[in-house]
Amino acid sequence: MTSGAVWYLMRASGVVTLLLLTSTFMLGISTTSRLRTSRLPGFAVLGLHRSFSLLAVVFLAVHVVTAVADPYAAVGIAAVFVPFVAGRSAFWVGLGAVSLDLMLALIATSLLRARLGLRAWRGVHWLAYIAWPLAIGHSLGMGSDTATLWMRVLAGGCVALVGGALAVRLWLADGGEKHLEAQAA
Amino acid sequence: MSDHLRVNPILCDAHGHCAELLPELIDLDEWGYPIVSRDSVPPELAKETRRAVSMCPRLALLVERRSSS
Amino acid sequence: MTVRLLPLGARGDISLGRHLRRYGALPELGVELVGEVERSGLTGRGGAGFPTAVKLAAVARKRAPVVVANGAEGEPVSAKDAVLMTLNPHLVLDGIVAALATIGGSEAFVAVAARAVSARAALERALGERLADALRIRIVSVPDRFVAGEESALVSFLSGGEAKPTFKPPRPTDRGMLVQNVETLANLALIGRFGADWFRTAPTVLGTVSGAVRRPGVVEVELDVPLSTLVDRCGGLAAPARAVLVGGYFGTWIGADALALPFSEKSFPLGARAVAVLPHGVCGVAETARIVRYLAAESAGQCGPCVFGLPALAEALDSPERVAALRAQIARRGACALPDGALQLVDSAVRVFADEIDLHLRGRCSATKVAA
Repeated sequence: MTSGAVWYLMRASGVVTLLLLTSTFMLGISTTSRLRTSRLPGFAVLGLHRSFSLLAVVFLAVHVVTAVADPYAAVGIAAVFVPFVAGRSAFWVGLGAVSLDLMLALIATSLLRARLGLRAWRGVHWLAYIAWPLAIGHSLGMGSDTATLWMRVLAGGCVALVGGALAVRLWLADGGEKHLEAQAA
Repeated sequence: MSDHLRVNPILCDAHGHCAELLPELIDLDEWGYPIVSRDSVPPELAKETRRAVSMCPRLALLVERRSSS
Repeated sequence: MTVRLLPLGARGDISLGRHLRRYGALPELGVELVGEVERSGLTGRGGAGFPTAVKLAAVARKRAPVVVANGAEGEPVSAKDAVLMTLNPHLVLDGIVAALATIGGSEAFVAVAARAVSARAALERALGERLADALRIRIVSVPDRFVAGEESALVSFLSGGEAKPTFKPPRPTDRGMLVQNVETLANLALIGRFGADWFRTAPTVLGTVSGAVRRPGVVEVELDVPLSTLVDRCGGLAAPARAVLVGGYFGTWIGADALALPFSEKSFPLGARAVAVLPHGVCGVAETARIVRYLAAESAGQCGPCVFGLPALAEALDSPERVAALRAQIARRGACALPDGALQLVDSAVRVFADEIDLHLRGRCSATKVAA
């Protein structure tokens, strides 16, 4: 594979990862808003959320491997996990590294959820609200001149979708959610 | 000794995924909370049961091993 | 000599000296007491009536067991625990000491409701006279909530959490915590002194009487006396009785004719032995609905079937089909027995006030006054 192809594969897998992460995030938000249709029961939304997250990891692996392999990208293996040690674009690569670290924590705790208990799992899972924006930031910062506008539109689309999912979630929480409240004396 | 389903009512938040996955053993009351069959889990539903337990967002569904009651 | 839980003339001196003159010294006790308690047949006096020896044996096997004296008494129409702690604190403390010796524990708590100010003061004064025990017995104020006295809720609160029931397993005994009603512990102290044979021949129990009686209060009676005896000790009926609530808000209704029956589990469930007399002219159905609404408001709010089911139950009393539908969705679906207690109350109301419900369905009601 020519180095040019590796570089394109790195970019492409990065974009796909971002889309998959956005979908994962939206599906995760939807599980809490209990959106339910006859065609898509609640457990299916949760199942999709888990599947998409694992798919995202696959494409993230391709993205990381190609980034390390590509000589132009100049990302050492350490920079994949440790932020701000890469040579060029250390800051933007670093955002990706932190996002990746958080993602790994999310997935590891989810796989071990039964053993960790609900509270520990939940505490770590909230970090998704940091991991995803970092991925967006990483995507925006890593553009080359020709790709920047296209990337910004894509990132903007992802942000809009997540914003929409959050808005629906908050709107449902105000009205339709069943709340268990300790009945005050 | 056999496996029986049990719900931790304190953790349960009426997401209802268990009833969707295991309608043979789990019904929902009028407020969306699961009513679980007292019978033991039949072997042919063991896989679905494990899936229902894993799918509960609140880890509220349990399988207990006890003498049939 | 009649040995009593509430000594006559107790309002005077409740000092340690007087206590020792009255009962004698508490002997050195150990795990052998379990056998004695088993022979005595002592059961819990908190309402559940669980065999005390079984609990003692289960906790004695644990590492670092702890005694929790439950005087929380969340039941609004029960006052016997508060009265016992106020008038005979030393006997309750003796019970704790006996329990500690039996299970091999070195730490104990006394749970007292925040509103039971005199009881707390009496216990503190009594502990002040027995400094060795004061080092290992701590008095803790618990919130004035109905469920705060539930075993696991109490343990949760003492462990630094909220006074709300927890999921079982594990039970308090599994965690090495012996939770016993203060009256049970007082009896333990008496069995430690006088033995199982004494207990089998002359046990007494405390009961609270309220409602349409002239002098509501706490009485001490022998087992199996007629229910009317408790009423008579409280000055007799203040008005003709329509029905009697036995076991408090967590209990069951019985018809007024049951006043002649022995005050024993063979006649009707006793619960925590809190009795409230409902006079004629007060609507039993309305009273029941009010009690169920109270129980609903006192819910810990942790379990859906309780949070949603109890308020629905309160409004459903006139409709047997609705009550049956709710029962299937409420029974045994909470983390504690609160919803089941409400169901038991409603079932008894439907039985005892069947004629009242009939009237309601025809748009009428027999009430001429509102209960206090």
